[in-house]
Amino acid sequence: MDAPFFFHALKVNEEVCIGCSHCMNACPTEAIRIWRGKAVIDENQCIDCGECHRVCPVNAIYVDQDEFDTIFNYKYRVALFPSVFIGQFPDEIKASQVYKTLLEIGFTHVYEVERAVEILNESILEYQEDTSREHPIISSFCPAIIRLVQVKFPSLVDNILKLGTPSDIAAQFYKKKLIDKGIAKEDIGIFYITPCAAKIAAIKSPVGEEKSVVSGAINLNNLYNRVYRKIKEGNPDNTIEAEPTELYDFEILWTLTKGESSRVNGRALAIDGIHNAMEFLEKVENEEVTGIDFLECRACHEGCAGGILNPQNRFLIVERMQDRVARNREKGGNITPSGINNYKEYLKRKLPLGEVVPRSMMMLDTNMAEAMKKMKLAQKIETQLPGIDCGACGAPTCRALSEDIVKGNASLSHCVFVQKVLMKNGEINMDTAFAIIDKIWGEQRVVRGSLKKNNEI
Amino acid sequence: MDFIFNIEGGDFTNAGFASSEVKKILKKLNVDPKITRRVVVALYEAEVNVVAHAYRGVIHVDIDTDHIGIVLDDEGPGISSIEQAMQEGFSTASPKVREMGFGAGMGLPNISKNADVLNITSEVGKGTKVEIITYLKPQ
Repeated sequence: MDAPFFFHALKVNEEVCIGCSHCMNACPTEAIRIWRGKAVIDENQCIDCGECHRVCPVNAIYVDQDEFDTIFNYKYRVALFPSVFIGQFPDEIKASQVYKTLLEIGFTHVYEVERAVEILNESILEYQEDTSREHPIISSFCPAIIRLVQVKFPSLVDNILKLGTPSDIAAQFYKKKLIDKGIAKEDIGIFYITPCAAKIAAIKSPVGEEKSVVSGAINLNNLYNRVYRKIKEGNPDNTIEAEPTELYDFEILWTLTKGESSRVNGRALAIDGIHNAMEFLEKVENEEVTGIDFLECRACHEGCAGGILNPQNRFLIVERMQDRVARNREKGGNITPSGINNYKEYLKRKLPLGEVVPRSMMMLDTNMAEAMKKMKLAQKIETQLPGIDCGACGAPTCRALSEDIVKGNASLSHCVFVQKVLMKNGEINMDTAFAIIDKIWGEQRVVRGSLKKNNEI
Repeated sequence: MDFIFNIEGGDFTNAGFASSEVKKILKKLNVDPKITRRVVVALYEAEVNVVAHAYRGVIHVDIDTDHIGIVLDDEGPGISSIEQAMQEGFSTASPKVREMGFGAGMGLPNISKNADVLNITSEVGKGTKVEIITYLKPQ
């Protein structure tokens, strides 16, 4: 296998993984196999959507993040956090309290990312004015969707909106603002508080940008616990004053489903959930659905409120964010400018993304004639397999196994049904069959509380 | 490599099955995404034509390293004037079919736009044969 194109934020902790195959079956791009009793993620197929993380019963899928203490490597420490962060806290904890507590625990500046939405929204509308662009324009907001398009829908890469995200703008703004105050570049650490793994991957290896302005990504779940605990401890630092917390309604709601689609021109649709997005993009690629101007696609149901690193229930988060909007309205909706508009022209110049290249990993071989040979063989193999997609071979489907075989990554005897036939015909003995099973499921596998190797016949 | 798909007239629910399958195959064969898209769009339009107008049909897909050949053979009413059918906006689709969002008269012109070679032969009262060829290398 070639070197991976991208940094991935999702990793398997082999100490903890029990090779149960839940993740293998949940992966939308079939990137996971079970080998020697552990889940193995194919880095070329993974899109960092986090579906494996959701279903893992033993928390063996972990997110490769920056530890909180890394913020102290910088003299000036900016917390860029999304509005969903505020939505994690119960109603009695106000946004201002969260802002203030972030300063108390060690950040020197806090900035809610969605304050950059107004500039982005304006730029999207300008982008839409150029009617020569491929339609529908697919939002670049969700990094897992960008990677999904690259891997599974390569012919749609030109449809991706070539503009950055609110966090890109917010990071550019805050960095510039501090530099203009005379602070040295190397003293500024900008940390994004992330509700998902895809965003970490996007920061570490951005698509369409050379290098991210963000210095690190902090797990929202960990920070939530840190902040909540500090609030619960009482004794707030009264010398610290929170900045104004009011945002425009559409800014607060931007990362939720329909946040973008309700703010663009023309016919726009919002699709949430990775499987829904795949089903829809399939239709778009076939031109089965046409006449759509803008597609908001998000890997998580309910948008970022459904991110895998959110400690709270997505529906409650949405409710709280809507309550925040309602409270803002009651207060008259006055917004204290954050100063971002002073940098509008500068930020707009920084906004366009470079080319998004396809990285189709579906092919059996780069050479078409070879790929055809392999496909013929794979089809022949598939007809020998039971077709029940039991996953006992360590591949998610019989088709996946047959393709793994022709790619040289597995063998026909991995199929337990084939093994049975081979044993019956005396072509392999039981020891060989057990050896094969061990290769897939590992020697250490626990069977009813005792290790399998203790149960030798 | 050959692949065969059957189409039932009037089954709009499954119109698009063959094009989706062919797309998956072409991706696995590392065919240029832009060419794959042309093939799939042309095939989808042709599939819908059979569903909308014919009683039943068979699709033969022949994949080679230099071209992709698709033949849709249907049993149906046939086309009385192919020249007229090729005009943008011309359609004989029933109001019912139009209500479903099909039958805008863009089908054949769209196939033609996405195919390198398009041959249509038809016999009224018997059926229509549509042949679509897409070259993988510049001719």
